[in-house]
Formats: sequence, C-alpha cells, structure tokens
Amino acid sequence: MNPVNYLYLAALLFTIGASGVLIRRNAIVVFMCIELMLNACNLAFVAFSRMHGNLDGQIIAFFTMVVAAAEVVVGLAIIVSLFRSRHSASVDDASLMKL
Amino acid sequence: MDNLIALLVAAPLLGAAVLLCGGRRLDAVGHWIGTVLASASFVIGAILFADMLGKDEEHRAIGQHLFSWIPVEGFQADVAFQLDQLSMTFVLLITGVGSLIHVYSIGYMEHDERRRRFFGYLNLFLAAMLLLVLADNYLLLYVGWEGVGLASYLLIGFWQHKPSAATAAKKAFLVNRVGDMGLSIAIMLMFTTFGTFAFGPVLEATGETGEGKLTAIGLMLLLAACGKSAQVPLQSWLGDAMEGPTPVSALIHAATMVTAGVYLIVRSGEIFNAAPDAQLVTTVVGAVTLLFGAIVGCAKDDIKKALAGSTMSQIGYMILAAGLGPIGYVFAIMHLVTHGFFKAGLFLGAGSVMHGMNDEVDMRKYGGLRKHMPVTFVTFGLGYLAIIGFPGLSGFFSKDKIIEAAFAKGGTEGWILGSVALLGAAITAFYMTRVMLMTFFGEKRWQPDEKGNEPHPHESPRSMTIPMIVLAFGSVFAGGFFGIGDRFLHWLEPVTEHAHGHPPIGATAITLSTVTVMIVGVGLAYLQYGRRPVPVVAPRGSLLTRAARRDLLQDDFNHVVLVRGGEHLTRSLVYVDHTLVDGVVNGTAASMGGLSGRLRKLQNGYARSYAVSMFGGAAILIAATLLMRAV
Amino acid sequence: MTAQLAAHSGSLAADAGALLAAYSTSTGEAVQFWILGTVAVIGALCTVLMKKSVHSALCLAGTMIVLAVFYLANGAYFLGIVQVVVYTGAIMMLFLFVVMLVGVTAADSLKETIKGQRWLALLCGLGFGILLCAGIGNASLTEFEGLAQANAGGNVEGLAALIFTKYVFAFEITGALLITAAVGAMVLTHRERTERAKTQRELAEERVRANKQLPPLPAPGVYARHNAVDIAGLLPDGTPSELTVISTLRERGQIRDVSDQAIKDLKALEQRSGERLGREGREEEAAK
Repeated sequence: MNPVNYLYLAALLFTIGASGVLIRRNAIVVFMCIELMLNACNLAFVAFSRMHGNLDGQIIAFFTMVVAAAEVVVGLAIIVSLFRSRHSASVDDASLMKL
Repeated sequence: MDNLIALLVAAPLLGAAVLLCGGRRLDAVGHWIGTVLASASFVIGAILFADMLGKDEEHRAIGQHLFSWIPVEGFQADVAFQLDQLSMTFVLLITGVGSLIHVYSIGYMEHDERRRRFFGYLNLFLAAMLLLVLADNYLLLYVGWEGVGLASYLLIGFWQHKPSAATAAKKAFLVNRVGDMGLSIAIMLMFTTFGTFAFGPVLEATGETGEGKLTAIGLMLLLAACGKSAQVPLQSWLGDAMEGPTPVSALIHAATMVTAGVYLIVRSGEIFNAAPDAQLVTTVVGAVTLLFGAIVGCAKDDIKKALAGSTMSQIGYMILAAGLGPIGYVFAIMHLVTHGFFKAGLFLGAGSVMHGMNDEVDMRKYGGLRKHMPVTFVTFGLGYLAIIGFPGLSGFFSKDKIIEAAFAKGGTEGWILGSVALLGAAITAFYMTRVMLMTFFGEKRWQPDEKGNEPHPHESPRSMTIPMIVLAFGSVFAGGFFGIGDRFLHWLEPVTEHAHGHPPIGATAITLSTVTVMIVGVGLAYLQYGRRPVPVVAPRGSLLTRAARRDLLQDDFNHVVLVRGGEHLTRSLVYVDHTLVDGVVNGTAASMGGLSGRLRKLQNGYARSYAVSMFGGAAILIAATLLMRAV
Repeated sequence: MTAQLAAHSGSLAADAGALLAAYSTSTGEAVQFWILGTVAVIGALCTVLMKKSVHSALCLAGTMIVLAVFYLANGAYFLGIVQVVVYTGAIMMLFLFVVMLVGVTAADSLKETIKGQRWLALLCGLGFGILLCAGIGNASLTEFEGLAQANAGGNVEGLAALIFTKYVFAFEITGALLITAAVGAMVLTHRERTERAKTQRELAEERVRANKQLPPLPAPGVYARHNAVDIAGLLPDGTPSELTVISTLRERGQIRDVSDQAIKDLKALEQRSGERLGREGREEEAAK
C-alpha cells in the first residue's frame, strides 16, 4: 500500500466534517465536525511528516492540537452562554445578522 | 532720459486714479486735471521725441526696466518699456490727439453732470493705450490691450441710462473678448515655442522656428487684431459703439484704440514675414473689411455710423498694407497717423454738428449747415478732402502708397488687392461726398421735434473749435510732410524694415487712376445727392442698400449662426446629458440597486449559509490552483 | 497494541534505506489501514448523521482513537498518545459535559429549514472532496522517505529538540493562547451577581405579595418504575401539573407524561385477565 492513502483518508474525513458543519444545526455537533476537520488535517500533517522524513509536520500537528484545545474551551463556553440566554443550541436561532 | 518713459504712462494713470477716487469735491476742476495730465504726457512725449531726433538712427530705441513682474524660474515677465520710432509715433499720436480731444470734451461735456468721471475714463484709456504701445513684451502689451478694452467698454456705455448704450458696451466687450482670446493663445504659443514673451528675443528667434507654428501664432495675432480693430468677422461692435459720446468715438473708435490691431501686426512683423499664409489671410481680411465698411458707410443716415463704416474701411486699408509685409508696414503706420488726424477731425466735426442740432444724428434732417457753422464746415471739409485723397492732402499720400504697395504684391493677388483698394477709394469718395452734401449743402430739412423745440444751429464754443482747427491742419499737411521725400519712411525704416515694391504699372499711372476713381465717386455722389433734394424720409432703396443699412446683415449673421447655433448646441448637449449621461448614471444606480436587492437575499443571517459560500470558495480556490498547475 | 505498532514501525524504519525510491508499506499496515480507515469513515459519518448529540460525540471519539492508531503507524508516537489523552480523553469529555448540560436525550430534527442548504452542502462537499483527491492524485507523491532517520534518537526527543529550538516562539505563544482561552472561557460563562441574593424571608414575602403560589410548589409525581423527577404530578382530576417539575426540565421539554399510564396498565391487565378467564366467559355465554 502506498502511504498516500492516508492523505485520501484525510481528505475524505475533512470533507465529511465540512459537510457536517453545513448540514447540522446543533451547535455542539457543528463543533464536533470542526474538530473532525482539524483531526483530518492533523492526519495529513503526520503523513506529510513521514513523507518528507522530518518532524516538522508533527510539530505543526501538535500546535494544531493545542490551538484546537483552546478553541474548544472558548467555543464551548460560547455555546453554554448561548444556551443559557436562548435555551437552544441551534445555530439557526442566532440569525440576527441579516438585512 | 530713459526714466521719462514710465512718466508717460504714469501721468494719465495718476489722473485716472485721482479723478475716479476723488469723489464729488473734484467735480469743478476734474476736467482740468484730466486735460493737464494728458497734456503733460504729450509734453513728455515731445521731449522724448526731441531727444530721439538728436540721436543717430542706430541708437534711437531706448528702454526702461521698471521691475520684475513674475520672477519665476523659466517664466520671466517684466514690467519694462521700450521706446523706438514705432512706439514714439504712437505716443505722439495718442497723447497729441488725446490732449486735443480732452480740450474738446471740456466744451462738449459741459452740461453732463458726470463729466469728472468721463475725464477719469479718458485718462484711464490714455494710460492703457500708452502701456500697450510702450510695452517691451507681449504679456505687458496684453495688460494694455485689456485696459483699452475696459476703457472702451466704460466709455461706450458712459450714458448707461440709455439701454442702447449699455447693450452696445456689452456687445463691444464681448466681441473684443473673442479677439483677446486669440491674443492670449498667441502669447501662450509664443511661450511654448520661444520660452519668452519679450519682443526682442521672440522676433529674433522667428528665423529658426517652423512655419506651421509661426502661422498659428500669426493667425491668432490676426484674430486679436480683428477684434480690436473691428475687422471682418469681428467687426459688428464698431457701429454700435457710436452710442458713446462723440469725443470717445473720435479718440478711441477712430484715431487710436481701433488701430491697436495694426500696431500689433506691424510690431510682430517678423512673425508674419516668416508665415506667408498668415500674411495672405491678413490681406484678405483687410480687403474684405475695406469694401464691407465702405458699403455700410454708403447706406447709413446716422452721421456717426457713416463715419464708423468709414473708419472700418480705412483700417481695412491699414490691415491690408500690414499684410503685404515689408513693402506695406511703413505705409500702414503712415495711413494710421494721417487717418488719426482727419478721422478725429471728422468725428469732432460731427460732434460739433450734433451739438448745434440738439443731438440729432440723422443726416436727412440736416442740410445747408455751412452757413450756420462756418468753422465746423471748413474743418470738416478739409478732413473730407483728406480722406477721399484729394491731391496734396494727407489721405492722398498715404492711401496712394497703400494702393501702390497692393499692386506691388505682384501676380494675380496683387491685381486683385490693388483693384479692391482702388474700388475702395472710389466708394470712399462717394460716401464721404454724400455725408458732406447731406450735412452742409442743400436746403435746411430740420423740423421742430415732438416737443416743439426747433433746433437753432450755431457754432460750437472755442474749446471745441480749436481742436478741430488743429486737427484740420494735421489733415492737410501731415501727409505731405511725411510723404514728400519719404521722410516718414526713413524715420520708421530702422524698426519695421522696408522693401521697395515694384508695381506692374507705373506709380504715376496708379496715382492718376486713384485720382480718377476719386473724381468718379465724387461725381456719382453729386449726381445722387447734390442735384436733387434729399428726401427727409429715407427711400426704401435697393436690396443692397437695405442690407447695408442693416450693416450688411452682420448682426443677423451672428444671430443665426452664433446665437442660434449656440442655442442648438446647448440644447442638444442638454438632451445628451439628460438621456445619455443621466441615463447611464441612473441606469447604473438602478441596476446596482436591483442587483443589491437580489444579493441581499444571500445575507439571510444563517451562519450555515455563510459557511456554504466559504466552503464553495475554498473549492473554487483548489480548482483554480489545480488549473494553474495544469496550465 | 500500541507497542506492537511501534515495533512494527521500527521494523519499517529498518528497511527504509532500501525503499527510498518507491516506498510501500508492509502488508500488515495495509490491512490495518483498510480496516481502521473504514471504521474511521463510518465514525465520521455517524458523527454527522446521528440525531442525538451524545451519539455523535461517542462516534467522534471512536474516529479519534482510530486516528491515534494511524499516528502511531506513521511514526508519530508522541502525537498518538497525546491524541488519546488530550483529544479523546479531555476534549471529548468536555463535549460530553456540555451535551449533558444541553440535555442528553434531546434529539435534533434532521429536517432542513434553510431552502437549498442541503443540496448546496452536498454539492460543495462532493466538489471539494473530488477536487482535493484530484489534487493529491495530481501531486507526484510516490517518494516517501520515512521517519527512520528523524526518529533515530527517539520520537519525543526529536520533537522536543524542534519545539525548544526552531519553534520555541510559537510554543511560547501557544502557551499564552491557552491561558487567554482559559480566561476567556471563564469570562464567557461567569455570571456576575449584580444584586444581593434574596433571603428566604424576602422570597416568601414576595410570593405572598404576588399571590400566585402561596404554598410550596407540589412535589413531582411518583411513579415507582422510574427516576421520577421528570414526571409531572397529577392533580386531583387526573391531569398532570407542570409546576411539579423543575424548570430546567420544563425548558428542555423533557417532561414525561404518565397520566394515562395507570389507565393503560389497567386496560392491559383487564385484557390479560380476560384472556386468561376466556373460557369462563365463553361458558357464561353458552349458559346464556
């Protein structure tokens, strides 16, 4: 097997995640889909790292994880405060930004 | 001695400032201040003239640098004067005739309550005109040029309570603007071509410049001259300008200002010499105006308008001569000077007649005035003999030379121009005889006006007759003094150069034919107006007469072509603006509005919709990248 | 399993030098990829398609563990462990906490509300995926170097060397980012009390003044078969009273109505006893 298959898998997971972001209305699930996309990217980075024979790709994946952790913390806080004020976790309910 | 030049301009300028700013307390002495300062300018001119005569020919031109006007790198404009033989001729003519007319105006304007202001304007005119002829560069000349235009405007409209005078002033100003445009373009062209405005460098550099540029400059200068000197096609203002007081007509619209165009062309002689096309146009303009003015002069019953037509025609002679190049410059100036004498004299005579006839200007209501105004009759008669070119008088010498020079142009052009000039001489004799006969001969035709005041023709006061007598002397002797022994030619030759023309027929033959056509013209006029009584009410007349009475339809032409044309142009422009420009602008706005209305729907506020567009954008980016790699 | 995979990778690294030009993995890894890859894709699809968010979270956790295995297979031992510990362990638990807050049993409707959104999403997803795969296929990625050399001194040591030298600034900045995120989360969720908390007495007085519910709120209904907090108590006429359920459940709409349960049970009992006594009944009919 050619390790380039890892990249195809990453692309597939990324696309599934992105479609999930577009389809789901529950903010928590949307968030999970974003995490899925980030993980797909990480997989690609790790595969690239192996491809080029150095560890920079893994470093980038590591940083992605850190940033994802920070993002999850803030994002979930936002979801919680949103749920508190609106009693709903639907992203469509927060549609005030229209003309 | 050089420092006196500025005084020439300063004296009348001081007079204008004092009289116009002085207010009513100067009313009693205003006319004396004006006259004294004008005369002072003449005295200074005379002193400078005497000084100039004392030098040898080579060193006669002097100059005075007053101050640097616009000192910018690469753009030097100075207020500097130049007094050579040409300028000196003009200075003496302007200040001399100007002073006489100041004296005349004291009597003529006696009953006008705004006399002080009138003298202020006259002084302003003198200052501007002197600036025009003394300037040593074109930019300063332009200042004087505009100054005389302003003074002319103020003086034509001096009786501003008359709507006709106010309109005439505006008309003169507007038509002159067209010419001034030409002068300003010519000056700009000069600056781009030569990098300077000063006469010396510009005229020296003509040798190394392309003919096309010089032709353009020459034509623009000609346009300026046409405006100021009332030449076709910018001639329409002169007849209406007669609405001004008669001394104004005599000084500005006969003797001095209207000759500024001739001065400009002669001064720029080197440019015209190097641009034969411009010269040809100049001669054509001169010849056309010569006939135009003469024909108009034949038909007018208003004595001043008849004289105005004559002025136009005589300046046509000068422009024609100036257009002939070195063979004509001297004669143009010579005719200009003699014309200054006799035409000013004729106008003053006309003013004197009007003064005695309750300001009546219609010649058909004069008749037999020679018994009532003997001095006016004699001086007017001498002016008349001078203008028709009676042998021995001023006009004979100067006009004869111009006709000779026209023939000397050579070829078919020479024949045509010479014949036109000869024909003009015949018509001149005709219309001047007509004026003379209708005014001073025949039976009295005046009647009481509607208020029952019958005019009592009487001789004018001495302040008016003396200038007329002096000018009559000039009309009689100036030509002979200048012409015999080519005195004027030698005087002016160092400045304007001179080439002796060789007419295809002998000079004597030309002189003889000139005299002959003059006699024919006089005879025809006598047959028409001397042997039969002149009808008080003008007969209907032929088509040409009627057209000539309307100034050969010049105003109709201007109205139809320029005014109507302008109206149509603006209307179509407005239409285009409304439909096309506004249509495009409003259409753009409307389509933008419609498009935004559609695009607005994309902004539905749902984050997921925005995410779709982002995701689609990312897909397009990848597609573009792949495409670029593939290509 | 991890150790085994590590050993597997080690053996890979051993022949890396020989396989520089045309790199291919061992058959074992290929088998592992195809099996676990399928699991990962199914997990991802379930994450997107499950109605309940708690199911989504569990599926995602599964996918992440599969990914951790893939990291290990690719020689990223440190990341593989971190993936399990941080992602699957910490972050997914955080998600579960929030899911509990919002309501574990709350199921989303999968019906689309924005017109054309689903079609557009599918179109974009398909296009994006195809383009991405085309891009990967287009790039000539046949040469894999392998990590044998980079991991020679140990994977963790290699990463540490890079983090503390080349990427030290980025590392420091991510530290600052984490602190900022923690503070931000606190600010976002913390609600400052703007007035003094009301005492029991004040609450009681307020209730009397409002004259709405003078006695204490009724207790939830009791139904022996369930944790009965989410069951409304019955009023004397047999209708359920929502006042008896706590407001949080009321807002989530998680009240179970059991008011007709007793009648249903009774009916079922009657039917069952009727069936059992069927013979007797028939006999009675026959007697008639």
